[in-house]
Amino acid sequence: MHGLSTFEPKNGVVKWLEARLPILSFGYDSFVAYPTPKNLNYWWTFGAILSFMLIAQIVTGVVLTMHYTPEATMAFSSVEKIMRDVNWGWLMRYAHANGASMFFLAVYIHMFRGLYYGSYKNPREVLWILGVIIFLLMMATGFMGYVLPWGQMSFWGATVITNLFSAIPLVGDQVTVWLWGGYSVDNPTLNRFFALHYLLPFAIAAVVGLHVWALHVTGQNNPDGVDVQDIKKDCVPFTPHATMKDGLGVTVFLLLYCWFIFFTPNYLGDADNYIPANPMKTPPHIVPEWYFLPFYAILRSIPDKLMGVIAMFGAIAVLAFLPWLDTSKVRSAKYRPLYKKLFWGFVLVGIGLGYCGAMPAAEPYVTASRILSVLYFGFFAVLPILPKFERTLPVPATIAEAVLAKSESVKTAAAK
Amino acid sequence: MSTATTSTEETSRRDFLYISTGAVAAVGAVSVVWPLISQMSPDASTLALASTEVDLTSIPVGQIVTVKWRGKPVFIRRRTPEEIKAAQDVDVSSLRDPQADSTRVQKPEWLIVVGICTHLGCIPLGKQGDYDGWFCPCHGSVYDTSGRIRKGPAPRNLDVPPYAFLTDTKVKIG
Repeated sequence: MHGLSTFEPKNGVVKWLEARLPILSFGYDSFVAYPTPKNLNYWWTFGAILSFMLIAQIVTGVVLTMHYTPEATMAFSSVEKIMRDVNWGWLMRYAHANGASMFFLAVYIHMFRGLYYGSYKNPREVLWILGVIIFLLMMATGFMGYVLPWGQMSFWGATVITNLFSAIPLVGDQVTVWLWGGYSVDNPTLNRFFALHYLLPFAIAAVVGLHVWALHVTGQNNPDGVDVQDIKKDCVPFTPHATMKDGLGVTVFLLLYCWFIFFTPNYLGDADNYIPANPMKTPPHIVPEWYFLPFYAILRSIPDKLMGVIAMFGAIAVLAFLPWLDTSKVRSAKYRPLYKKLFWGFVLVGIGLGYCGAMPAAEPYVTASRILSVLYFGFFAVLPILPKFERTLPVPATIAEAVLAKSESVKTAAAK
Repeated sequence: MSTATTSTEETSRRDFLYISTGAVAAVGAVSVVWPLISQMSPDASTLALASTEVDLTSIPVGQIVTVKWRGKPVFIRRRTPEEIKAAQDVDVSSLRDPQADSTRVQKPEWLIVVGICTHLGCIPLGKQGDYDGWFCPCHGSVYDTSGRIRKGPAPRNLDVPPYAFLTDTKVKIG
């Protein structure tokens, strides 16, 4: 997709640097002259929103570590100290805690975008799988971060999730003790979670680098799912077009983020986490953070420990196989009437699972989450055979044609 | 002919050097990685945690007392005659984790189990659930008055820790 490189340095210093490290031309080609399809809509701004969130989380997180104490008897009070004594500490912590939620909100929209427009299909399989890896790293990071305040939900969330590994046949118990560094979740566990919570965001940043690299090799998908044929006709330069659009996307997203931080900072949290961790008392109702709820519901829906754990991890792992499960040649759901229905059904199933995951482990939620779990995996099971039943709509030949057809139809509608 | 023989000989000597170098490197790599993995296991101070001694005189019939052992809760339940009977009258072969009540207690009156649900590690609530044993609020596992799993996702009965009666009224756990 590098076709519009017009970087010709005039400045002597820039020329000198270019001959030694061509970083400026690389940046120019990647973020200024880089051709983006003309027909991208606002769902394509979530890449920029996610980059912003990653930076925001790293900045607020590094600041918080300057005041936080990763020790079981002091962690809880050090977080309270951040809230009450540290200058602007409340803002840093609320921005970080709500930032995690916003990060996941954005990543789920980003993933559903990819799902709707078939962005995972040939030739973007590696790009998609890198995304699944980033999602997994985000889940690990989010989980370990939630443990650090050492409240009741931190402690019991850590206990339940680390116990998932005890489901591994034969060595499960040894693996769990190894993860804990003791016979229960305790100070050694808190210490290592803190170390990993600090490390993993940088691992995420590295994989994001690969993700963007892979994106820039294949080029972006677009709402019509047709390949770029003529860069001059089908594309516009990243700057100013995509830069401006991303800027607006980030700004609107920031409004929502700030609304949570300043108006309802604890809405997405759990009141139980303001009670210091007590290893001798389990809260009556343990729930993970909202972004884990659909997977938690799948875990709970199966009345067998090992199978429940396999189903939960399988629900994430199956995403990596999506490029090969979906055999339709047409990418965008715009031209796939059956897939479009199936997609919205899948969105509803995800929301339904999330709701069930938040409810207690009792009827009718157990049965509901069982049905929804079957539907979740059913979506992936139907994809390979779907093209046999689906009559796809005519796909525009080029992006330029799709854009022109759209403006034509707008004109006709206006004339009427 | 002689050239071919020489080259075969040379190759096999090379192969030996490659393989032995590789083997030494592999042993070296493992010996460096092992401390990095092992450091995460429980350290000496955790392993040295003392056993717990409990005085039983203050526990009335029908009560469950929770004590801490190795950072984990241990339930000591002084069972009523009805609870003992309920635990003993079960058809063992019908259980998910078949164990007779007699193999789980040293004295029928005293049931001592680790208070951690074998599903995902929550602490079950006493005298709740269909069998009046324990009920785990996290994912709905139900245990009977012998701490055996009867319903829900947990795979095993509540663990019985190693313990010994020092006297009739004193028990040492661990």
